[in-house]
Formats: sequence, structure tokens, C-alpha cells
Amino acid sequence: MIKKLKLGALTALVSVAMSTAVLADNIHYVAGVTGNALETFKNIVKPWEKETGHTVTFVPMPASTTDQFGQYRLWLAAGNADIDLYQTDVIWAPQLSEQFIDLSEVAKDLAPKHFKAIIESQTVNGKLVALPLFTDAPALYYRKDLLAKYNVDVPKTWEELTVAAKTVQDAERAAGNADLWGFVFQANAYEGLTCNALEWVKSFGGGQIVEPDGSISINNKKAIAAIELVKTWVGTIAPEGVLAYQEEEARGVWQTGNAVFMRNWPYAYGLGNSDDSVVKGKFGVVPLPTGGGNANSAATLGGWNVAVSKYSKKQDAAISLALYLAGPVAQKERALIASNLPTIVSLYDDADIAAQQPIIPRWKDVFLQAVPRPSAPTKAKYNEVSSKFWSAVHSSLSGDGSTAENFEILALDLEDLKGSGW
Amino acid sequence: MLASSELSLQQQRARSAFWFLAPMLIMLFCVAAWPLLRSIYFSFTDTSLTDLYGGQWVGFDNYLSYRELSSGRILWRGTLADPAWWNAVWNTVRFAFVSVSIEAILGVLVALLLNAEFKGRSIVRAAILIPWAIPTIVSAKMWAWMLNDQFGIINDLFLTLGLIDHKVAWTANIDTAMISVLVVDIWKTTPFMALLCLAGLQMVPKDIYEAAKVDGVHPIKVFFKITLPLIRPTLMVAIIFRMLDALRIFDLVYVLTPNSKATKTMSVISRENLIEFDKFAYGSAQSSLLFAIIAIFVALYIWLGKLDLNGEKN
Repeated sequence: MIKKLKLGALTALVSVAMSTAVLADNIHYVAGVTGNALETFKNIVKPWEKETGHTVTFVPMPASTTDQFGQYRLWLAAGNADIDLYQTDVIWAPQLSEQFIDLSEVAKDLAPKHFKAIIESQTVNGKLVALPLFTDAPALYYRKDLLAKYNVDVPKTWEELTVAAKTVQDAERAAGNADLWGFVFQANAYEGLTCNALEWVKSFGGGQIVEPDGSISINNKKAIAAIELVKTWVGTIAPEGVLAYQEEEARGVWQTGNAVFMRNWPYAYGLGNSDDSVVKGKFGVVPLPTGGGNANSAATLGGWNVAVSKYSKKQDAAISLALYLAGPVAQKERALIASNLPTIVSLYDDADIAAQQPIIPRWKDVFLQAVPRPSAPTKAKYNEVSSKFWSAVHSSLSGDGSTAENFEILALDLEDLKGSGW
Repeated sequence: MLASSELSLQQQRARSAFWFLAPMLIMLFCVAAWPLLRSIYFSFTDTSLTDLYGGQWVGFDNYLSYRELSSGRILWRGTLADPAWWNAVWNTVRFAFVSVSIEAILGVLVALLLNAEFKGRSIVRAAILIPWAIPTIVSAKMWAWMLNDQFGIINDLFLTLGLIDHKVAWTANIDTAMISVLVVDIWKTTPFMALLCLAGLQMVPKDIYEAAKVDGVHPIKVFFKITLPLIRPTLMVAIIFRMLDALRIFDLVYVLTPNSKATKTMSVISRENLIEFDKFAYGSAQSSLLFAIIAIFVALYIWLGKLDLNGEKN
């Protein structure tokens, strides 16, 4: 009898526990971790947790987007129901669109507040795959003190940059600063080289590898001229090791005071002005230069978004969190504590952000020049297109074949890959 | 009567043996045979990771197919006509031969050293195993930092010693990438070879050496005429193990030089196609070929090894 009573009590307890579990979901959010992203995230979701009663578990992943992509691919292919929300790179939407739910209906009030181009990059065949969290666009970092010392203007073209970097580098080395380099960027064979090279090619007026209509445009004189100019930098104004640099290596050279110019993403701004930085307060930021007589510069569009897995069993709570994270409150918080660039247009005129993160309103100019990687037209084949492009550029820069020849082969390879259509 | 009961006893034994083995066989089928057969099956379809069960049978198209263009030119397609794949095969085979040869030689040398009597031998034996005990992913990352062109200790060391005149980007430079991978692999797996060789050495009877000593045979001759033939079976097994390992090398290359044409191996390229390039079936075809190549290598090696053993018996 007593046993039965105990059992009854236990069942009652379990059912109570289960019913509260239904009311308050625990959402699993997966994202790559760089720097203090985990702390930032916890601070941002706290108000949402308080308001809805749900909780969020953060699943950390490696910083490399390629590693994340591989893992997510496998989880989604296996129909994994453990992860409810994925933080996705701006280029992934067409490749993973099948696995995420359409957010266009639930976000119909929120979406128009964001930059139109970013929402478009996350829309595949009318389906809004992911909502933007923050965006990224690189700029040219330059040393104010060194340029002033040698009376050099901030370069507006790549050709001017070549001369300016050389002038300052030679003069400084003659003065005993032997480790100084003119310009550092990212030329390792990886996705980042696609970003860098797309900027060179586009700013020379050489198109964007694959045009929005799907035609392959990379094999042209302007694109070749752009890469040929970059080739002259390696070993002269840029260290030879630049062929192995990713973002952090470039920032390493820059932040120890050993570079006059650097191409990098906004995150380097806050870090460069931290207390242990040699270049603190000595540098400025401008949009990237143009080249070859072309009028417009180009900055590759980066950024991160949040997508709801179609295998999630807690979709209502997951959607609520996605809308919160992409909304103005969370984006403002993120801008203030992590200097991540908001995707909501009105936040660029926000007084608090302007006061605490003065760099963010200034980045609006950079955005006007933003160019997307060809992930939309090439759809599921984007990774392969990008890999072939960065390989061709890396070969050209390291002297393995001429640029003209490498790009001719690249264009043929891309035609093969395209087949009858992307 | 007697014979039939004996037979039934044997049958009984066979039956119980089968039941004892059954769990293991089922397990092996589930974890080894089934995935293998499934990926071979995938390689004959056009499956993609987004739709694992929707693949259509395409025959040998992922391996080799051709189309005739309107100009009359014949266009070959498929893994077997893919220069990137053959580059990976060449990289893998080159890597396997060079690394296993050097490891075998170093392994024997280290084993001879450890087999000698000296003070603190047990400590040295334990210490030499450390590289083998560190997980590859950890040691690869550690070496990646040591080989870094900016702050790597190797560049600093070589510069100080005057061996190089400027910092070298070891893993990025096409000429040194393969050497970097080889160095790390040899560093890591020589202890494994040494350990197996040491086990072989300790089985060699001491009195043979004493007899050789009494006869005044030169130590080098002793090594080639006595030690080497006697540890050969052990060495052969060790080399097979290492060869299998080396032909499917993935982690080291993936961490050190993931995108370098000079070091991309068969495993790296098939993973790239399977997961990153959304060519699941194509990647499966490459995995199946990788399996076939390893099988051929092992069969060849065992066959050649046996021939030699027979010659010895004669």
C-alpha cells in the first residue's frame, strides 16, 4: 500500500516536472566562438529568458567557419533534433535552405527594418532562411602617425597605396625600424582569400567572379591586372608570409606596430584600441581603395545570421528567440558590448551607439560599397567555386603559373562546374 | 554409431562456437561492413547530403563517364579523370612511402638503443613514448604554432643559429608544406615503430649473440645477419600497421595545411567533396577508391613478404 502511494507521488512529481518542461523550453543555440562571444551571448539573451521563462543553452563550436559548416551539414543531414537554432554565415543560406524553416511570415514586420541587401542575401526562392544578427565589412586601417610623419596622404587607390606603403616602409627601415612592413592582408588559401581577392577584382572593375545572373566573368583584363598588382606587393611591401596569413596573423603584425596599412574586419578596431595595443589611438579607418582607374571601391559583405532548424521540436520558442536576437534591442546591446555592426538601419543613427562606439556610424560608408560573394547565383556549388577561385589566386600570388593563364583555366573549370546551370 | 555421435558432438561444438561468435559478427557487420557497403552503394548514385535517401542509380558516372561534344571532342568526367584526385593519390602515396621508410629505420635504431643496458633505461623508454601518446590533433596544433612564420619557435631557433636568413612560412610555402607534414608525422610515430621493434628484439635469444661474440663477428655483420632477419616478422607487421595508417592520413594534414595542393591527401579530398562541396556521391566514390587502394597495397605487401619468407625456408 505504502509502496503504491510512493509510486503515485512519484508519478505526480514527474508529471508536474514534465508539464513545466512543456511550458518552459530549453533552446539549444549553436555558434562558433571567437574572443568573448559566449559572454556576450549570455548577456544578450538574459532579458529574453526573463520575459519568456524559457532558457537557452549555448553550444560552442570552433571559430573556423569551414569546420562549423561541416558539422552543421552532418547534423542537419541526420535530422538532428537537439539543436534548435543555428548561427549561420552569410554565404550559407542557399546551401542549407532546405533544412531551415521559412521566416518570411513571422518576420514580416522585422525584416524591412534591416538592410535590404542583407535580407536579400538570406532569401532563397522567396524563402527567408535566416535573420541577420550582425554584419561585417572590411576597411583599410592606416597609421595616422606614420603617414603624418612622412607627409603622405591616405591612399584612395591601390596604386597610391603601393607608393605610400613603399615610401613609409623604406624611410622607417632606414631609420632603424627593420621589422616594419607596408601592408598586411589575408592571402592564405582559404575563404578569406576569396573575400580579399573579390575586393581587388571588383574595385578594378573586373566583376564579381560569377555575376548575379549566373554568368562567369572572372577571366577579364581588369581582374588579371588587379591580381598582377597584388603579386608585386608580396615580398616588397608585404611579407612573404602573407600567403599564409588569416585575419589574426595580419592583426598580429599590425597590432605590434609593424605595419603601415592593414585590410581587416571591424573587430580589429576595438582590439587595436585596447590598452595593451602598441597602435592604440594611432590609427584611422577608411573604405578600401579603388584601382585601375575605376571609380568605386568594394568591401566583401560578411556577417552572421540565425536560422531555425526544421527538425527542432520547440519551434515556437526557437522562432521567438530568433526574432528577439535579430531585433533592435538585442542588436543594440550587441553593438554596445561587442562592437558588432547592426543590420538594422536606424541603429546607425542611435545616440548611445554613436557615443560609445563612434566607429559604427562611420562604417555606414563602407557598407555602401559592400559586394556579396557569389553565393546566391552559384547556390549549392558556392564552396567549390570559392575554393577554385582562392586556389587560382593563391597560385598566381605564389608564382605558380601566370595570372592570365590561371584565370583562363579557372573560367574553364567554372564552366565545367556550372554545366547546364548552377 | 560411434562415428555419428562423434560427428554430432563436432556439430554441436561448431554450433555453440557460432553462437559465441554471433554477437561479435553482428557488431562487426554493423560498425564495419554496413557503412562500407553503404558508401560503396552511394558511390553509384547521385545522393546529396541534403537528401540522403533520394539518390538515383547512376552506374559508374562518379568514377568515369564520357560525353561527346558537338565538335566531336570527347569529354571525360568522374574521379578517375579528375587531376585533383590523382594529385591527392600521388601526395598520399609519396607521403606514406617516405614517412614509413624513415620511421622504420629510425624505429629500429631507437629500439636497438633502448635494448642496450644502461642506467635509467626504463625512464627513457617511457619518455620516448610521449609523442605517440599525445592525440594527433593536439600535437598537430602544437607543431602548427611552432612552425608559424610570425611567432614560431622553429623560425626563431633557425634564425639564431644562422641556418636561415629570413622567417620561412613552413606550412604555407608549397615547397616546404610536405616536409613539415612529414617531420611531424615522423616525430609522432617513430616511438610506435620503436616499441614494436623493441618487442621483437627482446625475443631474440641472447646465446646467439654470445656465440657471435665468441667467433669475433663484426657488430655490423651481427646486425644484418642475426638481428634483422630475426626481428623481420615483427618489423613487417609494424610496417603494415603504419602503412595502413599513413595511406588514410587525415587529421595531421587537416590541421597543418588544410588547403594546400602540395599536401592534400585522399582522405582530405574525399571529405571535402562529401561535406563541403555537396558532392556526397562523388566523395563516396573517392572513399571507395581509397578503400580499394589500401586493400591492394596490403595484399601486395603480404604477398611480397610471403615470397621472401619462402625463399628463406629454402
